[in-house]
Amino acid sequence: MSRARLFWRKAVNNVMLTLTGVAALGVVSVLFLILGYLIWNGGASLNLNFFTQLPKPVGETGGGMANAIVGSLKLLFLAAIMGLPVGLMAGVYLAEFGGKTFSFVIRYTTDLLNGVPSIVIGIFAYSLVVLPVKHFSTLAGGVALAVMVIPITVRSTEEFLRAVPGNMREAAMALGASKWKTIATVVLPAASGGILTGMLLSLARVAGETAPLLFTAFSNRFWSQGWEQPIASLPVMIYTYAIAPYDDWHRQAWAAGLVLLGLVLVSNLGARFILARTKAV
Amino acid sequence: MEKTTSPTTEHQVRLKISDLNFFYGPKQAVFGLNLNIPTNRITALIGPSGCGKSTFLRTLNRMNETIRNTRVEGAVLLDGQDILKMDVVGLRRRVGMVFQRPNPFPKSIYDNVAYGLRINGFKGRLDDLVEKSLRRAALWEEVKDYLKKSAFALSGGQQQRLCIARALAVDPEVLLLDEPCSALDPVTTAKIEELMFQLKDSCTMAIVTHNMQQAARASDYTAFMLDGKLIEHTETSKLFTTPKDPRTEAYITGRFG
Repeated sequence: MSRARLFWRKAVNNVMLTLTGVAALGVVSVLFLILGYLIWNGGASLNLNFFTQLPKPVGETGGGMANAIVGSLKLLFLAAIMGLPVGLMAGVYLAEFGGKTFSFVIRYTTDLLNGVPSIVIGIFAYSLVVLPVKHFSTLAGGVALAVMVIPITVRSTEEFLRAVPGNMREAAMALGASKWKTIATVVLPAASGGILTGMLLSLARVAGETAPLLFTAFSNRFWSQGWEQPIASLPVMIYTYAIAPYDDWHRQAWAAGLVLLGLVLVSNLGARFILARTKAV
Repeated sequence: MEKTTSPTTEHQVRLKISDLNFFYGPKQAVFGLNLNIPTNRITALIGPSGCGKSTFLRTLNRMNETIRNTRVEGAVLLDGQDILKMDVVGLRRRVGMVFQRPNPFPKSIYDNVAYGLRINGFKGRLDDLVEKSLRRAALWEEVKDYLKKSAFALSGGQQQRLCIARALAVDPEVLLLDEPCSALDPVTTAKIEELMFQLKDSCTMAIVTHNMQQAARASDYTAFMLDGKLIEHTETSKLFTTPKDPRTEAYITGRFG
């Protein structure tokens, strides 16, 4: 091989290595930039009051977003109890029972649903839950988020079930277990860590959604009792506060962003922890 | 196959297979197979890869039904009852299976052995049966202090014996072994073979193996299969010393396969 050619190969190799490395570094630095920026701008407003007090009227400084934090948790709770069971069961169907054609249709539809813009899902929940009763409600926000949780859960559940070795299913069947018994007693427990991780991640993913909540859960400057009233949530609060013309509100919006990111980060770490623990068994 | 070499005349028959055909979709894998598997003896199935011996073994507890688009013709009688007409759960409780690769569940050693009992609604002292099964599989001494530990912590050979214990826990009449030693080292293989020898008093065994020494060492009867057909079936000592069929001779002397 000629020297020139060898030199060229090495050069291309180095250039590509650098390019991919820079891209990877860029991905990581974006997250740290956001985190740093949030801490820089919102860190100061993050005190005990932020977690315990209601928002103050315009003009008064201080106050907090306790209602929005609880509101986000309530909405996520609704999304979880409505979306996760459906997603889980559809995932089990896809991985364990589905035939070829029907499974393909479901899988394809799920992927499409996953790609539907969140604002469209908001309109869907609006016409389904808000219009009939003619007022915004926590329930409507929960429905919107549940619709977003379902496709993510379906696909992650399916993936983790498929990763369970087939010979474990055979072992259970050879001992006289029926198909459902095999799934319930061997396959699901074996995949439980992964499935739980997928669920947590799907909730973390919708925790930051704003658009579907704008005309379903709307917002609320006070505590929201029960499930029938409009409710505040962190992302909608961030949106409202960030576009308001008051400096104090801007600082609070940054702080809310920090809390939201912290929530997502914690659930991600929790998910990783669960996965690592179940893998070790 | 000549009647004089058939084991039927000497022993009670546990499994009587007649005119068995098996199809994967349009492709036939087993052709008109007739075979008697004698009670409390070890029958080895040998033959080159793809000759249908594993497929045949898996028809005996109807494991092939888990594969889509398969079809069975003929009859398999277990103590005179047609297994194809039996309840599949009951059949698999009576005909246990051990697979090529150890496949313990991601559960504790105890729960692995107790699994078959639990799903069959066993109401009794589980502890005793778990111990008994582990003893029968010659694993008790090694694991008795670690019953709550994950089965994945065991070595490959121990895992395979655990799988045998798990199969034995429901007290099957027949144990099917599908190349149970192919993933194990020679020392562990010897242990499994010794274990099979001890189980002979209480259990009928059929073992698929690629290892002809293993068939010669461990079995009482050997069946040689080729291209989905049974070529020869007789006492192991006869098959390996004076094979009747030239194809059997060619295979056991290593001229093909």
